[in-house]
Amino acid sequence: MRQYSETDPVDFAIVGTGAGGGTLACRLAEHGFSVVAFDAGAWWRPLEEFASDEQHQQKLYWTDERICDGENPLTLGSNNSGKAVGGSTVHFAMVSLRFRPEWFKARSKLGYGADWPLDWREMWRYYTDVEQALKISGPVTYPWGPPRPRYPYRPHEVNAAGLVLARGCEALGLPWSPTPLATLSAPRGLAHPCVYRGFCTIGCSTNAKQSALVTWIPRAVRAGAEIRDLAMVGRIDTDASGLCTGVHYLREGQWRFQSARNVVVAGYAIETPRLLLMSASNRFPHGLANRSGLVGRNLMVQTNQAVWGRFDEEIRWYKGPPSLALTEHWNYQDTGKDFFGGYAYMSQGPLPQQWAATQSSNHGLWGEALIRDMEGYIHQAGLKIVGEVLPQEQNRVTLADEKDQYGLPIARVTFSLCDNDKRLVRHAIRHMTEVMLAAGGHDLWHEDDDTAHLNGTVKMGDDSRTSVVNADCRSWDVRNLWVCDGSVFPTVGGVNPSLTIQAIACRTADRIRALAASGDL
Amino acid sequence: MRDRFPGYDVLNKRGSPSWNEVTRQVIDARLAMPREPCFFTEDEWLTLTAVCNRIVPQPASRPPIPVAAMIDHKMANDLTDGYRDHRLPKMQDAWRRGLHALDQETMTRHGGRFHGISATEQDALLTRMQQGELSGAAWGTMPCRLFFSSRVLHDSVAAYYAHPTAWNEIGFGGPASPRGYVRLAFDRRDPWEAAEAKPGEDAAVERKNRDVG
Repeated sequence: MRQYSETDPVDFAIVGTGAGGGTLACRLAEHGFSVVAFDAGAWWRPLEEFASDEQHQQKLYWTDERICDGENPLTLGSNNSGKAVGGSTVHFAMVSLRFRPEWFKARSKLGYGADWPLDWREMWRYYTDVEQALKISGPVTYPWGPPRPRYPYRPHEVNAAGLVLARGCEALGLPWSPTPLATLSAPRGLAHPCVYRGFCTIGCSTNAKQSALVTWIPRAVRAGAEIRDLAMVGRIDTDASGLCTGVHYLREGQWRFQSARNVVVAGYAIETPRLLLMSASNRFPHGLANRSGLVGRNLMVQTNQAVWGRFDEEIRWYKGPPSLALTEHWNYQDTGKDFFGGYAYMSQGPLPQQWAATQSSNHGLWGEALIRDMEGYIHQAGLKIVGEVLPQEQNRVTLADEKDQYGLPIARVTFSLCDNDKRLVRHAIRHMTEVMLAAGGHDLWHEDDDTAHLNGTVKMGDDSRTSVVNADCRSWDVRNLWVCDGSVFPTVGGVNPSLTIQAIACRTADRIRALAASGDL
Repeated sequence: MRDRFPGYDVLNKRGSPSWNEVTRQVIDARLAMPREPCFFTEDEWLTLTAVCNRIVPQPASRPPIPVAAMIDHKMANDLTDGYRDHRLPKMQDAWRRGLHALDQETMTRHGGRFHGISATEQDALLTRMQQGELSGAAWGTMPCRLFFSSRVLHDSVAAYYAHPTAWNEIGFGGPASPRGYVRLAFDRRDPWEAAEAKPGEDAAVERKNRDVG
């Protein structure tokens, strides 16, 4: 790996190496820029260092303290926060879906949320690039949305947990599909196909999962980027002219400084606004890039409620990727809804600790009741939504008084569902209950308190008064400061965000190359 | 209570292709975890152990899963979850305060310590905690309901189901790397998975499960 001096400015210092930062580091390096990408987490070698063990693999998560409040305080950590080179893609469920085209103009076309400054047709091209880069396995024809090219690899066999979804949907006359997944269904280079071990969300130990760690990061290094792991960036410096000069980071117990011509923040929707707010100065008293006052605001998650049930057959849902089948019916169907937005739902395969946590925290079971219910583990199946929430300015990330182990103020995360979000959830639970019954499930119960993913907080837009960055992910206020991760989403849609984050990162890299060529960088 | 997976022991797969080296190390360390507290005081330990015995009760017919010791390990190393409801103190403080408050509640109602009252009385108190009905001064500003869900349930249930003995009870295949699974459809079991006994099949299924490895 090439290594850069701290004192000679690199073209780009990127903070975070997940779906946003890892992808951008790769594409910028391939475009010929000098890049140093920082991650607070470790650079794991999955083949040697990943155990098949939920407890041990907590090492992949961002488990530093954060304070959660609001009417619906969020669950973070293992739920949605990664701390590793490759970010949350090291433990994501690999679900790789495109946005519905209309969502990029949600305000004008569907009457809610905000319009994106991006055109869906351009995004469609970048989605194709990312699907190729990750060798997504998916069906020959996808039932929803405008035509898309064939997925590069064939779909995976659907496990019994997925066949429950299929059986229920077919009984009700609804379309379903094998889920497009970022895990190999055929060999690729030195990696063999997915062996269906089912530990995907605690880290793939065979490298079949096409995370940033095994795709963009190695490409970035080959193209000349440097990855600096175990390096916590605590502050972005700006000079008298209001431009970024580099980043302060803690590594091996010492605060150090990397000089850079441009800084990209890609820490996901909590760490990104936290770093911008922590970089306040006399010139930027409310934090960097925050003239609009919107940094940290419009935090969005996705609702993640479920209907669970028991089946007479053995399901053994721990085998295979957790979400092998899905339907996007309610993302594309606009009638019969009493809410704005959409949701997808997918089959599930929680491992024992996660299932027990669901049974205790959400179902309220403990004692003999819990132990007896857990004994039905191999007969259990369920459906879980990825549901759209509306952007609300009062849902936000701020800095708390409490400090973390680095001496930095920890994030306070405030979140409340609005009435529309709650109506969506009620609709989904009603609907999924029908599907589970049609599939032959019994002893159904619904989990009504879970969320997934983190988006918003550094809104993208075409007006500096109502957004933080422009369509190129460039700050309106500081022209050599960029934000490239799920933070920039103006709305969140009803699909998992990782494919869209990577598509935006690829687009941003191309835009930066074009801006550099025209002397506008 | 009938064993649904008679004869199944996930540890028999330890030397099989389902366990890689790092998994063996991790599970070995968990099984060798000290049973004595380093974080909790002797008084707290008595209460904690009694609480764990009610949240995840265990049969006398097998060696117990050391749930309290696993929680102690988490506290001693301050292995935080990455989020904290604003109404709760820090994880370690929440446990100390909650155990103390539970003993105070027991003292008020029964004139003794939590570990000294009957299982029925313990369950009744824990149920009141779950429902937010305990409000003695020792709780301070910490809602007992939140302590119950975020600490008592969260930590003891996570500890229990991190243990191979619990995996045996529920028929989980356990570690799977590099060998994963082949048979994914309904009612299909790979030979290295637990077989489930329907009533009357115990002996035949037990023979199958002895061969799992």
